[in-house]
Amino acid sequence: MAAYTTQSQDTQGGAEVVTRSAAEVVAHKPIAVRCRGVTKTYGTGNSSVKALRGVDIDVHTGELLMLVGPSGCGKTTLISVIAGVLDRDAGDCSVLGVDYNKMRGDEKTAFRGKNVGFVFQAFNLIPTLTIAENVSVPLLINRVHRREALAKAKDILALVGLGERVNDTPNRLSGGQQQRVAIARALVHKPKLLVCDEPTSALDHVTGQKVMELLRGVASDNALSLVVVTHDQRIFEFADRIAEMDDGHITSISGGKGHKLAEHQAESEPK
Amino acid sequence: MIRLAIKMLMGDRLKYLGLVAGMAFAAMMIAQQASIFSGLASQTGTFIREIGDVDLWVMDPQVRFSEDNLALPETTAQRMKGIEGVDWAVPLYKGFLRCQLADGTRTSMIVVGIDDATLFGGPTNMTAGAITDLRRDPGILIDERDAATKLAQKRGGDGRAMKVGDRLSINDNDAVVIGTYKGSPSFFWDPVVYTTYSRALRFVPKERRLMSFVLVKAKAGADLAAIKARIEATTPYIARTGKEFEEVTRSFILKSTGILINFGMAIGLGFVIGLLITGQTFFNFTLDNLRYYAALKALGTSASTLIGMVIVQVLSVTWLSFGIGIGIAALMGIFITKTDLAFLMKWQTLAMTGGAMLIVGVLSAILSLVKVLRLEPAAVFKGA
Repeated sequence: MAAYTTQSQDTQGGAEVVTRSAAEVVAHKPIAVRCRGVTKTYGTGNSSVKALRGVDIDVHTGELLMLVGPSGCGKTTLISVIAGVLDRDAGDCSVLGVDYNKMRGDEKTAFRGKNVGFVFQAFNLIPTLTIAENVSVPLLINRVHRREALAKAKDILALVGLGERVNDTPNRLSGGQQQRVAIARALVHKPKLLVCDEPTSALDHVTGQKVMELLRGVASDNALSLVVVTHDQRIFEFADRIAEMDDGHITSISGGKGHKLAEHQAESEPK
Repeated sequence: MIRLAIKMLMGDRLKYLGLVAGMAFAAMMIAQQASIFSGLASQTGTFIREIGDVDLWVMDPQVRFSEDNLALPETTAQRMKGIEGVDWAVPLYKGFLRCQLADGTRTSMIVVGIDDATLFGGPTNMTAGAITDLRRDPGILIDERDAATKLAQKRGGDGRAMKVGDRLSINDNDAVVIGTYKGSPSFFWDPVVYTTYSRALRFVPKERRLMSFVLVKAKAGADLAAIKARIEATTPYIARTGKEFEEVTRSFILKSTGILINFGMAIGLGFVIGLLITGQTFFNFTLDNLRYYAALKALGTSASTLIGMVIVQVLSVTWLSFGIGIGIAALMGIFITKTDLAFLMKWQTLAMTGGAMLIVGVLSAILSLVKVLRLEPAAVFKGA
């Protein structure tokens, strides 16, 4: 999934098919998120915890970046800062061309509602609403009329394979189906940035793979930037790049497993 | 979002029903207690209202309420007739007397003696006989409700109601029921018996002064305040309009009996119970939904929308509970008013109950809103 195919004309006028790694492809795309020297400390005095100690990272448009690392290394804090739900203490962070720290609270909330999608580990679907109503929430937040919002919600639920279940409540769905609803909710308002917190940790392997295929697909199709926090090594293959964190730092950034597969595939194919 | 807020609230059936039941109980308690209190307060003025269209009540200045019999000299009515602007003035006796029914039952009763000549002040709603029959000696009029209850023959009989023609002894004086009337329930529970003024004085043990009040009617177009001032200037007595006398009576009874405090406490208790139940249940509902509120915040729901959602949730419960509570209280009132018990549901009672429920709702909403608004949207991510 993480390999991109590009076409160009060779000197003889025939089509030359070149397969490049996803990392190489996205490196040429515009930057959606740029963080430099971002720090964040929780608490004060002796009880303070430095969650981020000067993080530098870029996320390109259309890229699926995975943040991995041990518990407490700062992954969730970093996506919270990137998503604009947590204020950084210092450093620069530009998200889709804006700096949250220069925005008022209500502006930041409105920006988030319009441009950022969320997929949570625990799905956070409101149990008393139907899944169509759950999915329509981001549209309602953006003041789309209820009827139109529900129609769009049903459309996107059909795209994620839940078109027949629109009137069910979340508790009637399996974990994988609930996560697909959460993904539909995250995408329904066509955000430019999607942050996912452990999207597969509550799912079995097969369901997790399907969820990641879905996310990978929408990222590619919609020029959507995805930042995925995960511990789940089984889904590393879907990443364009993998940023490893430890103790509040980015310790390494590498291509995902898909990148290596793509390289291998590129070497074995005649040009 | 508002519609979703309502669905969020109503989706948790158990909590929703708990909330509605708690608040409805509080509304019912407040409305019912306030209505009983209003009924009692209103009944304190029953006697004054039923006397009818009289402009002024002349009485001893120390009279504190309508049953406070501080008698006037027998000449008082005549003196009033001499006051400029007075059309007519009649004496009125009112006092508690002992009586014995034909079956030997002993009880006390309120005897009202009205002017022999005009029969002014007598009951207007006769159900048997005529008020003019009072001129037949020793006639009395009894309340039909008392006839079937307080004056019913209980001993050795079948509990039959007292009826026209029955005899009873009032303070060892023979009296005959010559008619019945339909009176309004009164704060005082003794049966009220009407007779003529002269006959009432015959029933009463001899005292130097026996006239309870003088009822004064002003001439058409006369200045009532001026007549009142003249009475008070030229006699040692005071004159009160019916409304003033009602107010004085109500005020004295409410203060001296302590029912104001008792009912106030009951109403306050309803308010506090409502607040505790609603506040706690709604707060628990908010706590249970906190992660969804955090998710909504993260997804871009503005603070004003969240405030709106919580307020709509609380107000919808408040409004529904108010309706149910008031409805139950009114139903109870329908049954209560068929008895001698007091119940008067005024619009002020509804407004007060609505206001109290609104305060309960607003305080509960504030409690929950503080939690919701302080919630960091980052809480939606584990460990953040």
